[in-house]
Amino acid sequence: MKEYSTPILQPRGWQRYLHIGFLLTVAMIFLAPALWMISSSLKPDYEIFATPPTLLPVSPRWQNYPEALTSLPFGRFAINTLIIALSTIIGHLLSCSIVAYGFARLQAPGKGFFFVLMLSTLMLPYPVTMVPLFIIFSKLGLINNFIPLILPAFFGNAFYIFLLRQSFKQIPADLEDAARMDGATTFQVLRNVILPLSRPALATVAIFTFQAAWNDFLGPLIFLHDQSLYTLQLGLSLFRGAYNVQWAYLMAASLVITLPVIAIFFIAQKSFIEGVGFTGTKI
Amino acid sequence: MISLLTSFTDWDLLTDPLWVGLDNYRNLATDPLFIQSIKVTLAYTAAYVPLDLAGGLLLALLVRPQFRGIGVFRTIFYLPTVFSGVAFVVVWLWMLNPNGGLINLALGWFGIEGPRWLLDPKYSLWALVMMSFWGWGRSMALYLGGMQSIPGELYEAAAMDGAGSVRQFFAVTLPLLSPTIFFNLVLSVIATFQSFTSAFVATNGGPLDSTLFLVLYIYRQAFEFFHMGYAAALAWVLFAIVLVLTLLLLRSQKFWVFYLGERSK
Repeated sequence: MKEYSTPILQPRGWQRYLHIGFLLTVAMIFLAPALWMISSSLKPDYEIFATPPTLLPVSPRWQNYPEALTSLPFGRFAINTLIIALSTIIGHLLSCSIVAYGFARLQAPGKGFFFVLMLSTLMLPYPVTMVPLFIIFSKLGLINNFIPLILPAFFGNAFYIFLLRQSFKQIPADLEDAARMDGATTFQVLRNVILPLSRPALATVAIFTFQAAWNDFLGPLIFLHDQSLYTLQLGLSLFRGAYNVQWAYLMAASLVITLPVIAIFFIAQKSFIEGVGFTGTKI
Repeated sequence: MISLLTSFTDWDLLTDPLWVGLDNYRNLATDPLFIQSIKVTLAYTAAYVPLDLAGGLLLALLVRPQFRGIGVFRTIFYLPTVFSGVAFVVVWLWMLNPNGGLINLALGWFGIEGPRWLLDPKYSLWALVMMSFWGWGRSMALYLGGMQSIPGELYEAAAMDGAGSVRQFFAVTLPLLSPTIFFNLVLSVIATFQSFTSAFVATNGGPLDSTLFLVLYIYRQAFEFFHMGYAAALAWVLFAIVLVLTLLLLRSQKFWVFYLGERSK
């Protein structure tokens, strides 16, 4: 995380201890669910509902993990999720950077109006568009495959376009003029000048898109019907469908499914925060 | 546009749509489940949004001072936000389980017998509100970003005038943070109106429709009963509410949001 450039009041003396004590308490409350989840994921069936309940498993049962992940075809679910996630990342990066460049640099009549119109779609929640989307795709016979989940990404996303536009605007116009002087076309400028200088913002779009695709539940629920097409989130919800919930398996599978998102968060932390910083600049 | 047209029809996708004019909207007024879903959604938003705004701010204030290891705390508070989707709900289903969950176990240490949470219509919606604290890290990150852009001279000037930390918070931090609070407020309102996964996975709207969110009701009408026209009408009501609320919030800006560099009147 960034260091603060501004001096701020630091707690001193007893206040400092009070502050740290409070921090530790709140941190424990935030960690408790995750720790309880790990602990439960290692308990054998008979211990899950033991009275009195145990905080830690008496003898950790590591087999819960392989068993949970093979009780349903999670490998298949993971591949499905990855296909959707990677395709939507490509879709968003392509479509959003082109549109964002247009809004950032090119001149066209009504540009301001269209920009506001595009931003206003941010207020249009997915549940409002899902019914017509479903109707359109079912009329086209494209239900029960990945296309309805991937194709919309190639038509852009208002939030990412906004994010990229803010970042493109920070790039000095002189660089662009110099490239044009050397005879570069608009697309060459975008590819060779703008995009390489906007890596943090592009990374942010990729990460957000990945997280959204990885965690999306409503979209796959509506469009995917065959179990062989299910994503990880749908697979996880199948554990709930069973009459008897196998909590240890459920916890184990949830943890494993969340790991990639945690890993990406740590790897991308820096560029991610720089990318978000751009949103603060004036529209 | 298709959505708007559909909302005037009676359509099950198999047969041709039948034009019914405003009937779908007329039926809304007498549909007890629609009224219930509006009530649930409004109650959830009214409880969730202020808690998220205040909770995120509290966390941001806690982790703002610089000292060794503060990054660890920031990460701890932010990390639960990656547990979105089904995994988030699953963790809390288990935490709130009346028999094996940690919450009732902990309450038991103090001799309190916990309620049945998600299984009790009196508590189910509040249980969903309660578990949302685990997502406060998102607004915390936004506030930290906002606090970074507050000029340090303002604090120096305030300290010079003898303002203590409480006074500094109300006189400097809070007003200069109001644009961030506003941004967060609008985002949270729009997001809570779209709540679906928690109710769908945790309670499926129950018990006794106590957690029947509007989006869940739209989903049922569209994809369980195949009332596409009625679902589209419901979706337009949702959009209208979000739009009106957002516009009201935008108008309210001039009364409480303070932009640095703007002339005060």
